[in-house]
Amino acid sequence: MEVTQILLNAQAVDGTVRKHAEESLQQFQEQNLPSFLLSLAGELANDEKPAESRKLAGLILKNALDAKEHNRKLELMQRWLSLDQTVKAQIKAFLLKTLTSPALDARSTASQVIAKVAGIELPHKRWPELIESLLSNTHLVAAHTKQATLETLGYICEEVSSEVIEQSEVNKVLTAVVQGMNASESNNDVRLAATRALYNALGFAQANFSNDMERDYIMRVVCEATLSPELRIRQAAFECLVAISSTYYEKLAPYIHDIFNITAKAIKEDEEPVALQAIEFWSSICDEETDILEEYGGDFTGDSDIPCFYFVKQALPALVPLLLETLLKQEEDQDQDEGAWNIAMAGGTCLGLVARTVCDDIVPLVMPFIEENITKPDWRQREAATYAFGSILEGPSTDKLMPLVNVGLNFMLTALSNDPNNHVKDTTAWTLGRIFEFLHGSTLDSPIITPANCQQIISVLVKSMNDVPNVAEKACSALYFLAQGYEDVGPSSPLTPFFHEIIQTLLHVTHRPDAGESRLRTAAYETLNEVVRCSTDETAPMVLHLVPVIINELNHTFAAQNISSEERERQNELQGLLCGCLQVMIQKLGSSELTKSVFLQSADQMMTLFLRVFGSKSATAHEEAMLAIGALAYCAGPEFAKYMQDFYKYLEMGLQDFKDYQVCAITVGVVGDLCRALEGNILPYCDGVMTQLLKNLSSNQMHRSVKPPIFSCFGDMALAIGENFEKYLVYAMPMLQGAAELSVRTSADDDEDMIEYTNTLRNGILEAYSGIFQGFKGSTKIQLLMPYAPHVLQFLDSLFMGKDMDELVSKTAIGVLGDLADTLGSNAGPLIQQSVSSKDFLNECLSSDDHLIKESAEWAKLAISRAISF
Amino acid sequence: MPPHDVRRSYKRPAISDQDRRRAISLRRQEENRRDAQLHARRLASTLLSLEQASSEPDDVELVPESEPDLHFQHEAAETSSKDPLDVRQASKLRGADARKCRQRNGSVLHHFPSALPNGARTRDASGSGQSYSILDCIFHEADQTYYVIDMLCWKGYSLYDCTAEFRFFWLNSKLAETGACEPPSHYHKYRFSLVPICTCDLSGLQVAYSGAVPYVKDGLLFYNKHAHYQPGNTPLALVWKDESCSQYVIDTDSKGQVPSQQQVVLELQDDLKLVTSDDPPVVFGCSDLEFKEKLGLHSGNLLRFAISDGGLSIVDGTLEKADLHYLGKSNRARAFADSYSKVMFQYMVRHSPLRIEDIVASINLSIDEGNRPSDVEIVG
Repeated sequence: MEVTQILLNAQAVDGTVRKHAEESLQQFQEQNLPSFLLSLAGELANDEKPAESRKLAGLILKNALDAKEHNRKLELMQRWLSLDQTVKAQIKAFLLKTLTSPALDARSTASQVIAKVAGIELPHKRWPELIESLLSNTHLVAAHTKQATLETLGYICEEVSSEVIEQSEVNKVLTAVVQGMNASESNNDVRLAATRALYNALGFAQANFSNDMERDYIMRVVCEATLSPELRIRQAAFECLVAISSTYYEKLAPYIHDIFNITAKAIKEDEEPVALQAIEFWSSICDEETDILEEYGGDFTGDSDIPCFYFVKQALPALVPLLLETLLKQEEDQDQDEGAWNIAMAGGTCLGLVARTVCDDIVPLVMPFIEENITKPDWRQREAATYAFGSILEGPSTDKLMPLVNVGLNFMLTALSNDPNNHVKDTTAWTLGRIFEFLHGSTLDSPIITPANCQQIISVLVKSMNDVPNVAEKACSALYFLAQGYEDVGPSSPLTPFFHEIIQTLLHVTHRPDAGESRLRTAAYETLNEVVRCSTDETAPMVLHLVPVIINELNHTFAAQNISSEERERQNELQGLLCGCLQVMIQKLGSSELTKSVFLQSADQMMTLFLRVFGSKSATAHEEAMLAIGALAYCAGPEFAKYMQDFYKYLEMGLQDFKDYQVCAITVGVVGDLCRALEGNILPYCDGVMTQLLKNLSSNQMHRSVKPPIFSCFGDMALAIGENFEKYLVYAMPMLQGAAELSVRTSADDDEDMIEYTNTLRNGILEAYSGIFQGFKGSTKIQLLMPYAPHVLQFLDSLFMGKDMDELVSKTAIGVLGDLADTLGSNAGPLIQQSVSSKDFLNECLSSDDHLIKESAEWAKLAISRAISF
Repeated sequence: MPPHDVRRSYKRPAISDQDRRRAISLRRQEENRRDAQLHARRLASTLLSLEQASSEPDDVELVPESEPDLHFQHEAAETSSKDPLDVRQASKLRGADARKCRQRNGSVLHHFPSALPNGARTRDASGSGQSYSILDCIFHEADQTYYVIDMLCWKGYSLYDCTAEFRFFWLNSKLAETGACEPPSHYHKYRFSLVPICTCDLSGLQVAYSGAVPYVKDGLLFYNKHAHYQPGNTPLALVWKDESCSQYVIDTDSKGQVPSQQQVVLELQDDLKLVTSDDPPVVFGCSDLEFKEKLGLHSGNLLRFAISDGGLSIVDGTLEKADLHYLGKSNRARAFADSYSKVMFQYMVRHSPLRIEDIVASINLSIDEGNRPSDVEIVG
């Protein structure tokens, strides 16, 4: 059977035909990959063939080149690179030919496949003629080929990193793209493809944006494109402006005035997709400026990378009215629709960002709008006014906001109870939440919640929890922040008189039949958690009573059998929430001896249920159960040993969870809890745990964020089992050594995330060393550690010389020096004396302003003086 | 290429409670790890070790700051009297961070909110690291009070490098400000209190020696005014006591009884020597390999001995020979062997104690010699 028919059959309605075709394709691929790929490319390029078979051929080809999963992706790349040269050349020729096809689908699919091939080959300096041959297409007359070629260039820019393409080629690509965007281009499809291609190519244009003439030209073309009669072009052009605002913020000053006019016009008059992008431009400028201001604290010096140009502040008097106007364009029921995103929402969000950027200055510009609209009969005006009020609560100073909030609070409480419109009530409850989040708490001088209004506030919120789900959810959130503000209230909380009522109401909300809507159930449990976290000794008995209630709820989730997958999912979600709730209570009640002993009486029951939760398939539920178990182990201490036998297999399961690496990371943390709780009694489980941890470290499928906690966990274990760690030394030490060397080598990297990760990794490694040395202290087997001492000291020396470790690493590192000296004593005396760390590093730490570093250094000094005095 | 959708979170708080639970767990684990680490290092115990054999199981008595070391004894003999001063070992609590109290072996005794700076949770968690205080305290069970005898770090400001005089001045002026000396409340679980500090002249000694205090007095602590804080044994902070100012002059065993023979705890070294915790250590005797193997001992083990009838032979201020009788391994909670000065003080107490009159005489002597008696302060 020829490939066309198989491809068509693979899309047949008849399942048997489809399945058979899929099997044939699979077989073909396995038997002869080069010929399979070649025939797919031939199919895609052949204008005689049906559109459906061509498109599927292209998609299969694309999937043969790329995959989401990292290792699979690497595999496919390698497979392509090792294909025969002539086959690859033929496939590429077919692909390029397809760009000239009159069939849009075929062209578009070919564009994507070409980009995938480019993504593999260009970094290896293969297919050097690609860009040139594409550019030669842009001089062709046929508009459809031009369009497909520009689209291909755009996809390529998305696929490869900017250093892969030579600047001379970048220049040519940009020239072709900008030419295609120009108003003189009469074909809209070409102009749109060019505009979208520019969006992806912006990251390649660093050099061009540094050249005034080239930048002026690009900016002019982009701005002109925002005025195109074609909506899709205007939208794509604004997308370019948004991308430019974050990539080239520092180059915007000469254009900002024009851009303001363009965006203002679009926000006021243009169709929604365009207006949304225009608003996004200003949101993005706000993000840039708040980042800059946060980083430099406002005082820009010559050393800072990018100065703040205060674009938002300058645009403020014109920008704010523009945004306020958008607030009046709400959609009915937007609060019930999770996926809603419209101009009112975007405008309100932007207003909030503007407030964060300019702080006090926004208040006088917004207040008249609020005052004018908040009592109007039209719900849209009341809602817009309320939303404006809620939006400006983060940013301006407390002094500026306090008088307004004191006046507004009562109004909000009344509106939440009495306004006839759900939308208004939703926004009112949200605004109350913002008031409590930003203007209520022990750090503020004059409280907005007083004995006089506390009762009213609580009763309004409690009542609103019976309102429609979206309003009830916001009321829960408001109560969350209200409780949080009393976190440090002292022995007696103003919430105590209402504690019982609050708990009862929240539990009631979780049982509402419509609690699944607007994430109401989740909000209710989260609020319950916060109320418990911030509770005082006065209400401890009530929290104790809550324990069996929540245990019961959790038990109840296992009652239903044979349920639909949708119900099962809901059940798993509920189990996660209940485990989270128990975790919070374990931590709260475990922090006081008195309540701890009482609640530990329920430990057996809790543990049984947590273990049952592991029977579910939900990663979130597993994670929550694991966190709760860690908290329980910490509280129960050595008593936890009795659960180990049953718990162990789930512990191992968690450690094996590569896919949900959060579960794995949390399980590693729990192993640490167990080590500290059980100490020597963890020994029988160590072989299994260590095997798994070592396996995880050597797997390239393991997410890198799990590695530092695994190293720390080595330390926890060594500290718990002492010299019994002996048998793991030969495995653990080389791994630590390898990771340590790597972490020193990557130190030159200036990517911030990488620096942060490297320091986390170093800290993990050092914690491992620390635990291992301390674990062996006083043992007859300290000689086993001697061979590793030179490397450890070398590691410390290179950290010190690298000068790029953070405070935490300094503290841990100098502590390791002490631990090494303490455990190895005079054996390591000469080694220690040779190391730079024992002198310069130690002295630096001894005179550190950071007391934690200093404390560790004092320890190291003492240990070293003992070690070298023998 | 499809358009790029931009959506921002709308009416949603920035942090989810699930993230918070995760973050709180991580923080707890980090804190627990640090506690375990400090416990292992017995950081707090670099001051003094925990003596379980003390007469008060919960270690309530006021105890000295530190012990004199061997080197000091010669000086002591020159300046005050021929006898070394000693300390009674008892549990001293060190509040590492204002909310936790660690025992001398580094383990946490109490975990409680207090009115000390940052002693309770505040909203601004970011300040917590900076606002760290370390106080040297003794927990007095009878009135549930932490008596503060030294201040090493206050609101993140290190006092390690300050003279004793300045530390006491700071302690006096700062502690009361915080309200930490107020009676306890739910929120401020234990009261903190100061101990009287006097200049070491005759009247000061008088007050310290016989003045009434709200706690069970256990000797006098002598500080050199100009000395910086030093962990471990130092001649610049010494303790002395007799029957009038302490109920516990002679060490008791775990049952609170005074044993008929003095007991000492020594560390077994690699070379089989039995040594004190001093730096450098003082050798009291030597074990043999057979003994070590028979009892399954390792180097680093702390062993308890009785000093038999042969006693200690001291020649020119140096220990020549000790008649030791092995009793068993010491209590596991112990971090260190006894110091030489402790052993010597206990030995002297049983044989020829240093009396208050000797100290008075040495003060008079100092005055006669034109020394500045005010260089020393006494903490009661």
